[in-house]
Amino acid sequence: MSENDRHHPQQNHFCPAETMSEDEDPCRPSPPPPPPPPEPVSKKTRNCAAVHPSPHSDRVLEIVLEHVLQFLTVRRDRNAASLVCKSWYRTEALTRSDVFIGNCYSVSPARVTTRFPRVRSVVIKGRPRFADFNLMPQNWGAHFGPWVATMGKAYPLLERVYLKRMSLTDRDLCLLADSFTKFKDLVLVCCEGFGTSGLAAVASKCRQLRVLDLSDTEVLYDGVDWISCFPEGETCLESLIFDCVECPINFEALESLVVRSPALKKLRLNREVSIGQLYRLVVRAPSLTHLGTGAFGHPEPQDPNDQEMDYGSAFSACKSLVCLSGFREVMPEYLPAIHSICTNLMSLNLSYANIGVEQFKLLIQHCCRLQVLWVLDSVCDEGLQAVAATCRDLRELRVFPLNAQEDVEGPVSEVGLQAISEGCPKLESILYFCQRMTNAAVVAMSNNCPDLVVFRLCIMGRHQPDHITGAPMDEGFGAIVMNCKKLTRLAISGLLTDRAFAYIGRYGKLVRTLSVAFAGDSDTGLKYVLEGCPKLQKLEIRDSPFGDAALLSGLHHYYNMRFLWMSTCQLSQRGCEEVARALPRLAVELLSYEENEEMDNETVDVLYMYRSLQGPRDDAPQFVRIL
Amino acid sequence: MEGDSGDGEACPQLELRLGPPGGGGGGGVGGREDLWALKNAACSSKNRHDNPPLVLSFGYFPTPNQYSPGYPSTISPSQHQRVPNSFKESQRSEMQLTDPKGETFSETTAPPTSSQKRTAPAPVVGWPPIRSFRKNISNTSTNQAKQPHPHTALESQNKRNLENEKPLTVKSSAKEKSLFVKINMDGVPIGRKVDLRTFDSYEKLSSAVDQLFRGLLAAQKDSSAGGIQSKEVEEKPITGLLDGREEYTLVYEDYEGDRMLVGDLPWQMFISTVKRLRVLKSSEVSDLTSKLPYKTVLIPCKTIL
Repeated sequence: MSENDRHHPQQNHFCPAETMSEDEDPCRPSPPPPPPPPEPVSKKTRNCAAVHPSPHSDRVLEIVLEHVLQFLTVRRDRNAASLVCKSWYRTEALTRSDVFIGNCYSVSPARVTTRFPRVRSVVIKGRPRFADFNLMPQNWGAHFGPWVATMGKAYPLLERVYLKRMSLTDRDLCLLADSFTKFKDLVLVCCEGFGTSGLAAVASKCRQLRVLDLSDTEVLYDGVDWISCFPEGETCLESLIFDCVECPINFEALESLVVRSPALKKLRLNREVSIGQLYRLVVRAPSLTHLGTGAFGHPEPQDPNDQEMDYGSAFSACKSLVCLSGFREVMPEYLPAIHSICTNLMSLNLSYANIGVEQFKLLIQHCCRLQVLWVLDSVCDEGLQAVAATCRDLRELRVFPLNAQEDVEGPVSEVGLQAISEGCPKLESILYFCQRMTNAAVVAMSNNCPDLVVFRLCIMGRHQPDHITGAPMDEGFGAIVMNCKKLTRLAISGLLTDRAFAYIGRYGKLVRTLSVAFAGDSDTGLKYVLEGCPKLQKLEIRDSPFGDAALLSGLHHYYNMRFLWMSTCQLSQRGCEEVARALPRLAVELLSYEENEEMDNETVDVLYMYRSLQGPRDDAPQFVRIL
Repeated sequence: MEGDSGDGEACPQLELRLGPPGGGGGGGVGGREDLWALKNAACSSKNRHDNPPLVLSFGYFPTPNQYSPGYPSTISPSQHQRVPNSFKESQRSEMQLTDPKGETFSETTAPPTSSQKRTAPAPVVGWPPIRSFRKNISNTSTNQAKQPHPHTALESQNKRNLENEKPLTVKSSAKEKSLFVKINMDGVPIGRKVDLRTFDSYEKLSSAVDQLFRGLLAAQKDSSAGGIQSKEVEEKPITGLLDGREEYTLVYEDYEGDRMLVGDLPWQMFISTVKRLRVLKSSEVSDLTSKLPYKTVLIPCKTIL
């Protein structure tokens, strides 16, 4: 990644770069794709002698169109092109090489492969985001199996698979490795279900593998040493990311792999790799651009002696390093080793590093070019003030809690938020966990950071008001939607009344993703949003007092949305059934938290609904009822 | 539909006041006692088309003597037993009045002078919304063993269910966390991890170690190069870890780095101090004092609790 790369706020540097923005979905059911009978070209040419010169030129036009459409890369443009006429629809389908499936159950694999025969890259997303927080019972679905089975036959030349929140088995990975001889990029984000055997299959069989990215993915250790399974000789590896994989690693094999991967630019190690081992890797791969440092502590007895000079010079040799993460078991005494490269850094992820204020300040004072920063709240308001003083170019900030409990005196507060808003006017994306907040600071941010696209504030104490005035947080969030004209993603928290929702409905005209928890007073709140936000695509709500009346007020919009999630709200089965009746192309799933329980007719634990062309899925487990 | 009625919905009567609790008002169930309900009742009609601008002001309110919002949600606890119990904020005896608008908060803000005593609410599943990878970040400066995630060969799916909270089964706040420590064995290049909370005695630990390493050790003897191969060689059980008579002995390191024999402390005390485990050749254990760089303190203390 060079410094000239445009920083897209949605592009998460510590998760694989999403080449496409989230909410452009090609498979909307609203324009029903006409299955056109293939016009027999031969018939046309036979007739052409008789009357028109055009049939032949029609075919020529199609060929020209094919060539032209190759240049269309943006999904939205392609979708628009496909609607022009049958010919354009066909040609666009033939030339689409990247397919994005925002919801794996919205369309069947067969339908995708039928429409788009020449696909090289596939993005598939499965579970909704709240599943990450254990709000979705296990084994709900989102299986990769059917997809790989179908694509294995239809797309032998497939090169890239990107999955998010999907379940894969070892068998799926083996099938993938066997089916796609030219396979290059495997990116698995927040996935699970497979083990090191599956990785071994990919490593050994995909000879052209460039990218193996396992960000936030769970991998079972079943004894197989997958790192050793990469073939001998030079590899094509450019990116190897396994920082969240909790498996022991054969370090010698890893070292050997790094040495024989001259193209390697991104390497993110897991916490099994000690600092001494990191040193050995870094001196062998000084041209890395993205590095995840592993433990950054815990020297093994057999590691080279602790000489800070050594570490320092090893890191200084990495002139191309722009993105640094890891620090999973950080020992702060090693941090000075990276001071020299801080001036080049564009992205720094310390969100697993419990370092204190002073250590952090020593580090951050060098990071004047930083655009993306993830930290723990252990850096305190004071640390954030230091960020505000140095990182004038900051675009994205995430502050995670070290101690994720409610009712604790938190180390960050409105003070830090205010400071950031004053020091970092170019801020585009923020995720901020805190125990207390004020409307004033949020309002200040709305005024100081007009470029905000993503605003996610998590006041961890539920129903917490402005801790100075005692007022609800309505005004703060209201200011955000009002002043931040580019806002597309919003997560709200704290004590919130229907007024907050009124603001969102009134001003949040570009909002696509909204996360709500423990907020609102009545159905009116949700109605404001459903009626007021035309771009709303993803709505996730938990523990809020919204009922059937509110649900039914959104009927006009649900086909335009990727999904709606409502858990522990006030919905009844009857209300959900009514929605299902009114909108036949909507999959309305009711999930039950209690296993083996008869779902009584009144309460709905979880409503998860999404548009779908394929009808109710057949792999739903027992606790799911599809209306 | 969007524009007009959206504005009309915005209720001009929404006026934020803090007042004494009490007063019913529509929409409130189960402990809600505040004026948000009153206000909402007034606003329920949708036909307001007079359209005063929504005034954004963070109002500074005169200090009432108490402010207790209670659990404002309308979820009645009886209906949804799966919802954590409501919590009450105790009353603040005073509130901080700050200067009116124009002042930034960063310097003038002082925390409320009365530290707010709240009964801690029962923990709720999935809140705060942090992925499990981010929980239990190790604190290297204090005596805390690492608590990463459970993916060893032995405990696969079962452990995941144990580790992950089941959705909305509300647990008490004293939930047993897992306690993972690294364990290395002489002659085996790849270390493993064990969750000590799954054992309650040294015998169980010892047999688990045997199971973990038996195959790996056999594989090591089998292959000439490093690396784990298939287990063709007969696997010998690893016994006698605790008594020093057999080939291998189990030792542990505490947070100070001292190496000690396993088995001397009562189990609970042991797991509170152990940071790391090692399986050494018994012949080397007696050399502990002379060869290793660590401070070695063999404490044969039979502590009685």
